[in-house]
Amino acid sequence: MEWIRQKLDKFKEPFGKGKKLEKYAPAFNAIDTFLFTPNHTTKKGAHVRDAVDLKRVMITVVIALIPVLIFGMWNGGYQYLSQIQPEVGFWEALGHGASKIIPMIVVSYAVGLGIEFGFAIYRGHEINEGYLVTGLLIPMIMPIDIPLWMVALSVIFAVIIGKEAFGGTGMNILNPALTARAFAFFAYPTYMSGNQVWVSEAANIDGVSGETILGSLAAGHPVEHSFMDMFTGTIPGSIAETSTILVLLGALLLVFTKVGSWRIILSAFVGAAIMAFIFNLLPAMGLAGNDLTNFPWYQHLVIGGLAFGIVFMATDPVSASQTIKGKWIYGFLIGFLAVMIRVFNPAYPEGIMLAILLMNVFAPLIDHYVIEGNVKRRKKRLSDVPVEIKTAV
Amino acid sequence: MSKDIRIKRGLTLQLKGEAEKQIVKAPRSKTYAVKPGDFHTIIPKMVVKEGEKLLAGDLLFYSKYSEELKFSSPVSGTLLEIKRAEKRRIIEVIIEPDATDSYKNFGKMNAVTADPDSVKSKILESGCGAFIRQRPYDIVADPSDTPKSIFISAVSTAPLAADLGFILKDKIAAFQEGVYALQKLTPGKVHLSVDKSSAEALKNIKGVEIHNVSGPHPAGNVGIQIHKIDPVNQGDRVWTVGAEDVTIIGNLFLTGEFHADRTVAVTGSEAEDRKYHSIKIGANSTDLVGQVSDDVRLISGDVLTGDKLSNNQYIGFYHTSLTLIPEGNKHRILGWMPFFYNNIHSNSRTSLSWLFPNKKYELNTNLNGEERALVVTGEMEEVFPMDIYPMQLLKACMAGNIEKMENLGIYEVAPEDFALIDYVNTSKLEAQDLIRTGLDLMITEVG
Repeated sequence: MEWIRQKLDKFKEPFGKGKKLEKYAPAFNAIDTFLFTPNHTTKKGAHVRDAVDLKRVMITVVIALIPVLIFGMWNGGYQYLSQIQPEVGFWEALGHGASKIIPMIVVSYAVGLGIEFGFAIYRGHEINEGYLVTGLLIPMIMPIDIPLWMVALSVIFAVIIGKEAFGGTGMNILNPALTARAFAFFAYPTYMSGNQVWVSEAANIDGVSGETILGSLAAGHPVEHSFMDMFTGTIPGSIAETSTILVLLGALLLVFTKVGSWRIILSAFVGAAIMAFIFNLLPAMGLAGNDLTNFPWYQHLVIGGLAFGIVFMATDPVSASQTIKGKWIYGFLIGFLAVMIRVFNPAYPEGIMLAILLMNVFAPLIDHYVIEGNVKRRKKRLSDVPVEIKTAV
Repeated sequence: MSKDIRIKRGLTLQLKGEAEKQIVKAPRSKTYAVKPGDFHTIIPKMVVKEGEKLLAGDLLFYSKYSEELKFSSPVSGTLLEIKRAEKRRIIEVIIEPDATDSYKNFGKMNAVTADPDSVKSKILESGCGAFIRQRPYDIVADPSDTPKSIFISAVSTAPLAADLGFILKDKIAAFQEGVYALQKLTPGKVHLSVDKSSAEALKNIKGVEIHNVSGPHPAGNVGIQIHKIDPVNQGDRVWTVGAEDVTIIGNLFLTGEFHADRTVAVTGSEAEDRKYHSIKIGANSTDLVGQVSDDVRLISGDVLTGDKLSNNQYIGFYHTSLTLIPEGNKHRILGWMPFFYNNIHSNSRTSLSWLFPNKKYELNTNLNGEERALVVTGEMEEVFPMDIYPMQLLKACMAGNIEKMENLGIYEVAPEDFALIDYVNTSKLEAQDLIRTGLDLMITEVG
């Protein structure tokens, strides 16, 4: 341990203040502080500090993502192989999925971190750890067959336009990972929607079908999957969105560690359930409805990217509402709108992406009104003071 | 008549090294000092010269902007040195004490029957005005104001802080007299907060409204109590006095002399003789705890709000404890691992330390990470029991937006109320420092 530390300190010398490579210090520090928490001590304010830092928070989210990621790799292989051969081995399926997904992750991290390092050096600040999560999320919400250069382009767009243009980590309005997906979605719709992209090789091999459940519903096709399939996730879809149970496992870790807001997660599921339930009531009200409106409300909660979006993207603290009351409203509207978009606009078979992006934009407004309530309370207290006391003071 | 205040949001940090409940008389320091830096915003005008003989209570300096506001010598002796820093700013007024104190006589007075003006002028004349602080801004009170109420907190919830109830239990008579004097300064009430461990005698003090305070830190902070009982509005002045300082004011009326007696708890995992020491204000820290090595941080005050001291520096004017904890200038391999390093306390659940709520920790001064952008939300509110949005207020302070600061409640807060936010926030933001900067801006712009 000491030996590594000494080597690092020696290697660090040229990056010191006034030295030759000072400008590139953020890049070196990113690696150094990843290996060792620095020996910095408190200079002002409280003399002791909590053990938590941003690295720890971000790594916790990454840990919460790992089960869904591994399942996504396995399911990526399984969806393809089960259609062309009778028996699918676990490792075979995982291997096939991994061979497609790991390159996407590598591209995402390489491109994204490259830009982050560049901006940190240019602006002379330390590298924020936010991209550890964003960089993993971006491949996880893409279709499995998306070309790597599209991943790279989406990452560039998300990091530069979605984040750095606003001032970097902590300043962005939109969730960067969803910005990447929205970019790919609108720029390359043929790679991001339809019934040929959701299963590996579906576009190349005739016998392989790759329709998602939402796609089937929108097109009026019968749904061939049971509720258990949808819940466990053995269905076609974006890489990591399919397994609701593993998403909930991740949610459990996020809520338990208080890294993700349980208020947002809960209110979003409630919002989605209520909207879907209202649609379910249409026949009772004498309206015809269609396959999407009649789809049982509890099944709405387990298909598509709803659960994944709510747990891992809606809870992004930077783009979400920051006040407690605001979080309830923000979460509820995300769920509510996600299902509404699903049902009303079959051109966007999944509504969660647009619902979250829309609410990201409205989150500051929600907070504004919540805080305004607090300000009004304070002003009222001032005007409630009896006049005689005011003059006495 | 008492009202209960129950605080729910907050954090009581359990640290090793509590002081034993025993008061010992500390040997006399070789030197004492009054540090103008303890009185934020006060610019001293010296009235004594080096080498002059002083009685305890003799005027040392007054405030440049208010001649009424006087600061006097805590001990009798000789003025040894007026220590200055850059731009001739005075940092320490050092006094070499006599073997025993002789006191300047300000004359006895019955605080109950005296008229308010003579009570006020006696307090100011003796230098006891320095003990009275004001909200908003958390500075020494301006004598020309009339406060709408006065608050005394006899509850200490800060980590390892001196137990004020314990310090006061033998000083009840002086405390009562001090309360009578303070009563004359306000048309409103004098509020005294106690907790369930406070002595009965303290709960029976006359002339005050008693409040039973319970809950985690910062329940004992006077600012939190003001917020719950009689919040500061724009234009209001509320005064606060430290619990033991009330007894100094009381003694002034009982004896006519300025007895700057202070009981300091020596605490912390690195302290050797952890006891309560009876000293005079401005005592030298080294004369009390000896030389400390570079691996130990010596703090005048508690670990959340205190000032760092080097060897041979002086205990702060308002501080009731001296804390010694290990320095944390060491690297820690892969320190970001969640659920590892559980020996370091964390309010977040990314560490398992929450499973042991009663474990006492030996914390060091490591920052445990680096400063980052504000990302995590909701963590500040968990330790901030006021009806104020702390993160939004901090951002308004960063931006120097006066209207926003005003709207969001800057008048009600003091840096110490943000000490726990310093501690818990993931981004390692210096919240106390930001609030102090914001308050200073308000002083210059609004006043």
